[in-house]
Order: sequence, then C-alpha cells, then structure tokens
Amino acid sequence: MNILELNDVSMIYGPVKALQNISFIVQPGEWVAIMGASGSGKTTMMNIVGCMNKATHGSVILDGENISRLNARDLTVLRRDKIGLIFQQFHLISYLTAVENVMIAQYYHSMVDEKEAMQALERVGLAHRARHLPRQLSGGEQQRLCIARALINYPRLILADEPTGNLDETNQNTVLDIFHQLHNEGSTIIVVTHSPEVAAHAQRVISLEFGRLVSDMPTSLCA
Amino acid sequence: MTRQAMFFRIVVNSLIRRRSRMLVALLAVIIGATVFLGMGALYYDIPRQMGQEFRAYGANLILVSSGNDSTLRLEDAKRALALLPPDKLVGASPFRYGTMYHNRQGLTVAGADFAAVRKTSPYWQIQGEWPQKDDEVLIGTDIAEHARLHAGSFITLQIAPPGRRRITKELKISGIVRTGGAEDAFVLMPLSGMESLMGAPGTANVVEISLAATGEDIARFIETIRAEAPGVTPRLVKRIADSETTVLSRLQALVYLVTGIVLFLTMICVGTTMMTVVMERRGEIGLKKAIGAENRAIIAEFMGEGIILALGGWLLGIGTGYFFAQLISMSVFSREVTLPFFLVLLTLGASLAVTILASFIPVAMAADVEPALVLRGE
Repeated sequence: MNILELNDVSMIYGPVKALQNISFIVQPGEWVAIMGASGSGKTTMMNIVGCMNKATHGSVILDGENISRLNARDLTVLRRDKIGLIFQQFHLISYLTAVENVMIAQYYHSMVDEKEAMQALERVGLAHRARHLPRQLSGGEQQRLCIARALINYPRLILADEPTGNLDETNQNTVLDIFHQLHNEGSTIIVVTHSPEVAAHAQRVISLEFGRLVSDMPTSLCA
Repeated sequence: MTRQAMFFRIVVNSLIRRRSRMLVALLAVIIGATVFLGMGALYYDIPRQMGQEFRAYGANLILVSSGNDSTLRLEDAKRALALLPPDKLVGASPFRYGTMYHNRQGLTVAGADFAAVRKTSPYWQIQGEWPQKDDEVLIGTDIAEHARLHAGSFITLQIAPPGRRRITKELKISGIVRTGGAEDAFVLMPLSGMESLMGAPGTANVVEISLAATGEDIARFIETIRAEAPGVTPRLVKRIADSETTVLSRLQALVYLVTGIVLFLTMICVGTTMMTVVMERRGEIGLKKAIGAENRAIIAEFMGEGIILALGGWLLGIGTGYFFAQLISMSVFSREVTLPFFLVLLTLGASLAVTILASFIPVAMAADVEPALVLRGE
C-alpha cells in the first residue's frame, strides 16, 4: 500500500492558485525531496500532506485514509498518529527542557515514558543536553531535538520543512546523516527544500513551479 | 510518568519559567482575593461591630406592662430578660416614674438603676457624680437652669405617695444630667430610693433594654417574649432600630459595590493578561496542535494555568485579606475582626470563578489557532 497518494490536488485561495492539479505517490520507505523556489507552493504542499490544511480540490490518501473527508479533530488525530513534523524554525517549547519537549509529543499521543524520550535524545546525540532549555542549545542541537520529538511516536511518515535552512554546513551534515540513518531503518521521509544539495540526498525529487508539478524523477536523473 | 504528572509539569513550568508575565495576573488575583476576603470579613462583622457602636445611642427594646395597669412587676421583667441571649444583652434598666413638687411646681421624678443606665444609655452626660445613696439625685439640665441649682446643692421635694401622708424630703444633687431628651426635665434618683418614698416595691413603668442585635433578631426576641413571658409587653424602639438597620444596610451595600467593582477589575486584568499570553504563545499553541494536541488539551492547559493562578492568588490573598480587614476594623471600630472559615472557602470559589470566567475568551482564542498559519516558515 502507498504511504501517500495525491490525486489531482489543487489549493485555491480566492484568485491565487497555490497548487494546481498535483498528483504523485510515495511508497513506504521512500525518501522524497519536494523542491521549488519561494512561492512555488512547497509550504502549501507541506501543510496539506501534514494534515494542517485541506486541499480545495482532489484527494489526499495518507496510509490508506482519505484525509480530504476528515474534520479538524480527525486531522489532528491522524497527524498525531502518522506524521512526524520537523520545522525549519525548530518550534520548540521554550519553557520545557529538551527531554520534556520530546515527552510532550508522547503526552499528546498516548502515554508518557521519560526513558523512551531519553533514548530518542540519545539517538540524535543529545542525551547529555536532556535537562537544558531550548535557548541553551545551539541551532543544530535544536534541530536534532526537533527530530527526536518527531520520531518519538514512531510515525509512518516524516515530514521535514527546510530542515537545514537555519543550520551551518556541519550541522546540516549531522541532520542529513540522521535522515540517512532513519531511511536505512525503513522510515518514509519527505523533505521540502529549496536546496539542491539537500535534495540530492533523497531518492526522488519532485519539483514545483508556480503551484504546478514540473518534474518527478529519481535523484540520479536530476542534472 | 503519568499523563496527569506531565500535565502538571507543563502547566507549572509554563507559569514558573514565564513568571514575569504571569506575575501581573497573579497580582490581580491576589488583590481580588484580598478585597473579597477583607470586605467579606467586614461585611460579616459589621452588624456585630456596628451593633456595639449603636448601643451607645440607647435602648432598642422596652418592656411595658401587658395589663391595664401602668406598672409591671420586676419579677416578670426578669423572666423576660432570661429569654434573651446573654451575649447580646448589653444592659436592662428599669424606670419608675412619679410626680413630686418643688416650690409647688410639679416635677417628673424617675427612679432608675444607674449601674444599668450606664450600660443602656452611655450617651448621658453627667456634670458631677452619679448618685451613690438613696437620698442623692440627678437633676436634668433644664431644671438646674430654671431653679439655679447645681451639683452639690440640695433640692426639697414634696411627695404625696398614694394613700399616704404628704412628706417633704431634702435630697442632695450629686450631678446634673444632659441627655438631649425628656430626662433633661426630670429628677432622677435610685430606684430603691424611689421605692422607699413612693412604696410599691418591685415595680417599674418601663424596662429599657439594650441589645446588640439587628432589627430581624430583635423582632424574633419580641415574639419569644410575647409567647413566653406573661405580664410584660415588649416593644421595639423603632427610632433606634430603624436607623441601625438603615446604616447597616447602606454599609453592606457599599461593601457589595466595592467588592463587585474590584472583582470585575480583577477579571478584566486577568482576562487581558491571559489574552496577551495567548497572543504571545500563538506559535507554541500552533506547534502543540501540529504535534497532535486536540483543542481540549490546549483548553485544559490554559485553564490549568488559570486555576493555579487562582489558587496562588487565593493562598496569598487570604493572608493579606485578613490583614486588610483587621487594619480597617482596628482603625474604624477599634475591635478585632473575626474571620469565619466559610469566608476563606468562599474566597477560593470567587478566585476560581473570576479566573475561569476571565480565561474564557483567551482560551477560545487559543482553541481557534490554526497551526498552518502560525507555523508558516518566516
């Protein structure tokens, strides 16, 4: 079964066509990069796939569920159960420590297990920073914390929006290494990026221009 | 870790690690709780405090004979007095009236228990001394001026006791009394002295009673005396009781008004602070929703913060409120205020109600936050 299937998806805000007739499929275990310049519709795509917005036309099937028919509450539940979100701006909760930032995702999902949260931090090399507040962490550490939070509930799909956009080269490589590790373990990853360098790590690149899908090909075939 | 423990951790950390903002809301709740408890304590205590103050204005209940006879038996009056709660009975003073003559001019002479009069009518002004013996009298200021008498001089009275021979008695004026009432034209002597001159011991025309109680309580006592004490008729002194009720109800209305206004202002302050907090935390709310928080979880967290604020404000407010009430009571009434426990619980209820009410709109705003809008990449 496909993990994600978009069929003729459009997103129209009044006169603005943010996305037009987008269709593609993502298989389980795939690493897909969605590329495009600013205003190409990447973020709109991310919001639709991430169950934070509903397309105005077309259908989106996530892990066998047509999310176009779900209400806001069901979308929240689906997002919680199936998706791990990673943001460019990290979006960590400032008054919670690193381990608490991971545990809060468990809290909204089901049970809270501090030991498991510590293991997630260990996995991204942050166990020694578990009791630090986000402001006490570097940008790379904050992004790794964001990844640990995204992974804690074993999501079917990891959705990353410009995950290296705010990082220097060293931290970018660290984050990409973690993505490789996750991919090798069988995780499905969609990375929204404008960076060809980041996209080159994926298996497949989908390119958007002015809300239209202009190419969908394996990375090896990209120029 | 349980979900409840994590919830508590989220809420407490949010308050503690962002304390500068929440301090404003906490301060508002403390002020609200202080005023509520302080004013509540005064409201509860004002009838007692003012009741004591009003006792300085004289009796608020009298006993007269229930029969056709103008005199009542003091034994009957004692039985009636026994029906009154001792802690509310400030004093009871029997008065017996008669007519005597000075230079062929009739004067009203009143026999009284002066120890009791000092309690029931503390407003009497005495120039000189209170009578200590049966042949000492007080004369009203009108008589003193008219007859040019003064404390320490003597007054000669002709007395015609019923069924007995007319006698003449020279009595020492121990003092001049000024009450602003009918007593200014009376001669006042000890009741025992009056009885020895006029006969008919153990009787009085009226017993004046001073009760530390409000109109409703006095009405209840009147009913009890009517039912259980034959021989006497209780009557409310409306002039005193009504003005006491009026002043009390106005003071209590003032307390209501001030408390209401302060609670309203507290609600506005907590509400605006919470609203600012929600606006500042739109990104955090959006993030929480993005990682799976349902609206009820967001609402529970904000309400949790509000409830902790209310509890904190209440705990600190009961201390400052008691101090506030004590300060006012000591400076206005020179008496300590009593704080009933139910008022402490009522303050908790008010703190919670005001904070929860104030949080409604901000919490609704928080529930409306769209994660896609607030998490949009900058």
